[in-house]
Formats: sequence, C-alpha cells, structure tokens
Amino acid sequence: MTTTLTGPVLVLLDHASTGALRTTVLELLTIARGLGTVHGAWVGAAGTPAAAGPDDATLALLGEHGAEAVHVVDLGPADARLSPVVAEGLTALAAGTGASALLLTSSFENKEVAARVGLAARAGVVVDASGAGVDDQGRVVAAKTVFAGTWNTRCAIRTDLGVVALKANSVQAVPADAATVPAIARLSVAVTEAAGRTSIVEHTERVASDRPALGEAQVVVVGGRGTNGDFSAVEELADVLGGAVGATRVATDEGWIAHDAQIGQTGVTIAPKLYIGAGVSGAVHHRGGMQSSGTIVAVNSDPESPIFEIADYGIVGDLFTVLPQTAAELRRLQG
Amino acid sequence: MRIVVCVKHVPDIQSERALGPDGRVVRDQGDGTLNELDENALEAALALVEEHGGEVVALTVGPDDAVDAVRKGLQMGAEQAVHVLDDGIAGSDVFGTATVLAAAVRRIGADAPVDLVVTGMAGLDGLTSLLPSALAHLLDLPQLTLAAELTVADGAVTVRRELDHASEVLSAPLPALVSVTDQTNDPRYPNFKGIMAARKKPVDVLTLADLGVDPASVGGDAALTEVVEAAPRPARENRVLVNDDGEAGLRLAAWLVENKLV
Ligand SMILES: Cc1cc2nc3c(=O)[nH]c(=O)nc-3n(C[C@H](O)[C@H](O)[C@H](O)COP(=O)(O)OP(=O)(O)OC[C@H]3O[C@@H](n4cnc5c(N)ncnc54)[C@H](O)[C@@H]3O)c2cc1C
Repeated sequence: MTTTLTGPVLVLLDHASTGALRTTVLELLTIARGLGTVHGAWVGAAGTPAAAGPDDATLALLGEHGAEAVHVVDLGPADARLSPVVAEGLTALAAGTGASALLLTSSFENKEVAARVGLAARAGVVVDASGAGVDDQGRVVAAKTVFAGTWNTRCAIRTDLGVVALKANSVQAVPADAATVPAIARLSVAVTEAAGRTSIVEHTERVASDRPALGEAQVVVVGGRGTNGDFSAVEELADVLGGAVGATRVATDEGWIAHDAQIGQTGVTIAPKLYIGAGVSGAVHHRGGMQSSGTIVAVNSDPESPIFEIADYGIVGDLFTVLPQTAAELRRLQG
Repeated sequence: MRIVVCVKHVPDIQSERALGPDGRVVRDQGDGTLNELDENALEAALALVEEHGGEVVALTVGPDDAVDAVRKGLQMGAEQAVHVLDDGIAGSDVFGTATVLAAAVRRIGADAPVDLVVTGMAGLDGLTSLLPSALAHLLDLPQLTLAAELTVADGAVTVRRELDHASEVLSAPLPALVSVTDQTNDPRYPNFKGIMAARKKPVDVLTLADLGVDPASVGGDAALTEVVEAAPRPARENRVLVNDDGEAGLRLAAWLVENKLV
C-alpha cells in the first residue's frame, strides 16, 4: 500500500492558444491520481481565447480524468508565454494551495519553468521522468532513464514540494473510476518586472498537420540519411500506422525535412509505443532521444549499424523495398 | 563585450557510462571531455567578441580534471579561465552547481562588468537543461534559451529558437543569459597558435571560501533530490534480426499486428 501526499498535486494544463488541451495532460492527470488529490493549473496567455480559462468541454474532460479543482492563474498584462512569468504564477499557486507536487509535461519550456519553481519554492526537480509515485516516507519519487536510455533510475525528492516533468507517453491516459465536477478557483499574481525583461518579438505557432504531434505520438516512423532525401516511403508507412514522422539530424541538416522533426539529444525526446527507424544508423546522439521507446524496429542495409543492438525487430534490407511492402500489407490486413 | 561561457567536463558520450552505488556518475574513467554543446557556446561567444570587441572568460565548476574544459576554451581563444574547485561541491544537484556558478560570475563581474553569460542548451551527461534557467534566476538576468541564432546590437541580444509547437524570436537588453543549441554554429578547432598561447595563460582556481559561498548550500547534503535506485536497463528480450529475402516487409506487418502494435 502506498501513501498519498497531503497537499494537492498540481498538474500544469498545457494547451494551444485556441484553448485546446494537449493530450499529454490526460497522461499527467492519470499519474497524478496515484499521488493524491488532483488540481489543475491553467495559465492562459492574455489576448488568446484561452485567457479566461478552460471551456466547458475541457472542464468536463478534466473532471473525467479526476481533477477536483482547476486554478485559473491570472498574470495580468505579463506575457504568459515566457517561462519566468509562468514560473512566478505557479510558485504563487503552489504556496497558496499548499501543494505537495507539481507535474508538468517535459517540454523545453516546461523544464525552464520547473527550474525556476524549484529555486523559488525550494523544491526538488526531476525532468524527463517516465513515472512518479510516493514512497513510504511520503516523498515524491520519480522514475527516469539516463545515459541515452541505458540505465533506469529512481529519484526521491527531499523537499515538501516535488516538481516532476514527465515525458509524453509515460502512461496510457485512462479516465478516473468516477468523474468529478472540478471547482474553479481564480488566482491573480502580480509578476515581477524581472520576469518580463525578455520580450517575444515573434511567435509563430506551427500549423498542426494531419499527423499527430511528434512529441505526443504513439507511433513514430523516422527517416535518416538512408532516405537520401526521399521521405515518401517513411511518410506512407507513418500514415498507415497513424503515426508521426521524425528524422535524424543528418536529414534535418540536409534540409530534407524541417528541423523540428529532429529526434535525439538536441532534438525532441520521444518514447512512443512503436518506433520505426529507416536508414538510421543509431548514433548515440540519436539513441538518447528514442531509446526508451516501447518497441524499436529498424530497417537498415548495413548489418553492422548500432541501431540493431537496441532493435526489437531488425531488418537488414533496403528501406525503399521494405517500407512500401509493409505499408501495403498493413493496408491489406486492415481491409 | 565581456562574455562568460560556462563549460562542463563530462564523461564521453561514446564511452560506457555508469552510476555508482551512491547514485552519482562514475567519473574516474579518465575519458572525460568538454561537453560538446559547450563548444557551440564558446564559438558563439568568440564570434561575438570578434564582431564587437571584448573578451571571453571560460568558467567551469568541477573536480581536478574539469580544468580540461576551460583549457579547451583557452585553446579556442578565450582570454581568461576560471576553475571553481572545492571538495565541498561534490554531489551538488543542479541548484548547487548554479549557486556556485552564479557566485563565480558575480566575482568575475567585480573585475569588470559582464555583458553576457552563455551556456550550452544541456549537459550531455545529465541532459536536464535546467541549469541555464536556474543560473539566470540566481543572477537576476533575462534568459534567452535554446538559441539557434544569436545576434547582439544596440545593447540588446536577440535569438531565434524552435520550440515543440512554435518558433520564436526573443530579445532582451544586456546583460543577459543565453543558452545555445548545436544549430547555432560550427565550433572552430583550436589551431597551433591557440594551443601554444593557451599554455601560457593561467587558470584561476577559486574555492567556495574565495567566492563566499556557504558550504551548507552546496554538495550532496544540500541536494534536493537523491538517486535511490540505479541499474543498467535490462536487455530487450525476444529480439528478431532478419535479412530481407524479398518478403521481410510482409513479415514485419504480420509481426506488428501479432504484437498489437497497430
Ligand atoms: C552535439 C551533437 C548533437 C547531436 N544531436 C543529434 C540529435 O539530436 N539527433 C540525431 O539524430 N543526431 C544528432 N547528432 C548527429 C549524430 O551524431 C549522427 O550523425 C546522426 O544521428 C546520424 O544520422 P543518420 O543515422 O541519419 O545517418 P548515418 O549515421 O549516416 O546513417 C545512415 C544509415 O542509413 C543506412 N542506409 C543507407 N541507405 C539505405 C537504404 N537504402 N535502406 C536502408 N538503410 C540505408 C546506412 O547503412 C546507415 O546506417 C548530433 C551530433 C552532435 C555532435
């Protein structure tokens, strides 16, 4: 029997500027229910549809996933797209609610927020975690893989407030046994001048493609140098599988695909249920961003490629014949 | 411009890396190296100084062999090197490290004002990316992180960066803190002249006492997190490796269906 935390577990409710909730939030709520009483934290940027708070449909969704309360943090005129600003809001909220934990999705922005909340609230922080629980001393404990996915660790947080940033797909999101009707609470926070000293000169939200977002997708098909610039086979298989398309740094550097598709230590970190790498050698920089994927499939013409060392299913072959054959067969099997 | 670049000596990412029973990175393998991303940070700073004048100070916090990181900075063209070396720092978490770095930057700034602090976007050992924000917070500097491009003009720094869902251009007045990605530039290799010049330059060694940092605020005991379990990841089981005989694609499809992956 595990203990639960005394104070609320705050979950940062990441959303698009339209107010649409990011799917990773439901995973966080699922994890949060195992820690204690779940409260959502909504930080809407002024001047966007999301400023007022979640709409009714979003509230209902949050209730289905066990949120007992939703705190709408009003930062006044401060730019809520800046991580120092968000951090001040969350620090005030954590203090005001007596929170024991704060869970966030492990994006780059959120890691910055986590660092600042950690300092301002004297809270231990674990990022890129793959799970969180409470130990028998009532401490928040986070699971995390390190060294390019080659080691598993568990890290205990020694402070009253624990901040954990979790990777997408850490768990399957499941609704709570009983839905709740979250109470709405509003909190106004006067942000310091210092937090707003950086200004956003330009901010272009990427238009969502028909494919799922790379960082959140359950299936990712990745093309590397072996595609030689032709991503059509990679894209076709991704579409049959309802997955996202990713790339190695070589492919993005060559301009074959946009830079935001890069997976690895200096790109996106992914942990989908299924990773398929085609024409990818599996260099250590790349492995660091995908090695905790559930199942790893590799198609590569060179049997010596290091990716075969970590592949659950490896095919030594030409991606331009293997991928289309797999796509066609899946289409046939799916009818 | 006076630019401090924070650099870190890390276990080589290509080497076999391990955690000891104390949950700390095993560092005695003698195969440490300058964190690759810090080469991008050094390059960015050196390029700015070439454009605007001034000097680069390379700063590191770490055990004896960490001095190699600042030496590499000197070889690339940094003017000055500072190594904070103190047994009391061992086992620090990111906040402890940031506390020491912040004190060192303040100390460097006491000689002559610091306009910019530059770091890599992450240390390729821990990969948390927490340090740049923590350091900016402690130094009370505006932060401009993950710069893929970086320019300084009219007393302000501007960066372009790519996030998961958006691309942004940020700007802030100097002094400021910037973290850079590996997209920012191609780091230069030290040339013979640089290597010879670096030999003559001293490395300033500072202790916690020199910096006026309370030893109780850093080190393993002050860390806010502790590793309670660490083990190499078990090998993947039931692995399949096949040569394509013309039908491997068909079999992959069947395997994916069988294993409920589609
Ligand atoms: C600081 C730093 C950070 C980095 N960060 C990242 C990162 O985040 N992400 C990343 O990916 N890389 C990163 N890199 C680069 C990384 O080291 C590798 O260079 C890169 O991952 C290699 O990409 P690749 O696998 O596509 O190319 P290669 O290593 O060239 O491999 C191509 C593979 O394709 C195979 N192939 C060729 N033709 C075919 C065919 N027709 N069918 C099947 N297989 C074929 C070849 O056998 C080969 O194995 C980083 C490097 C540095 C220095």
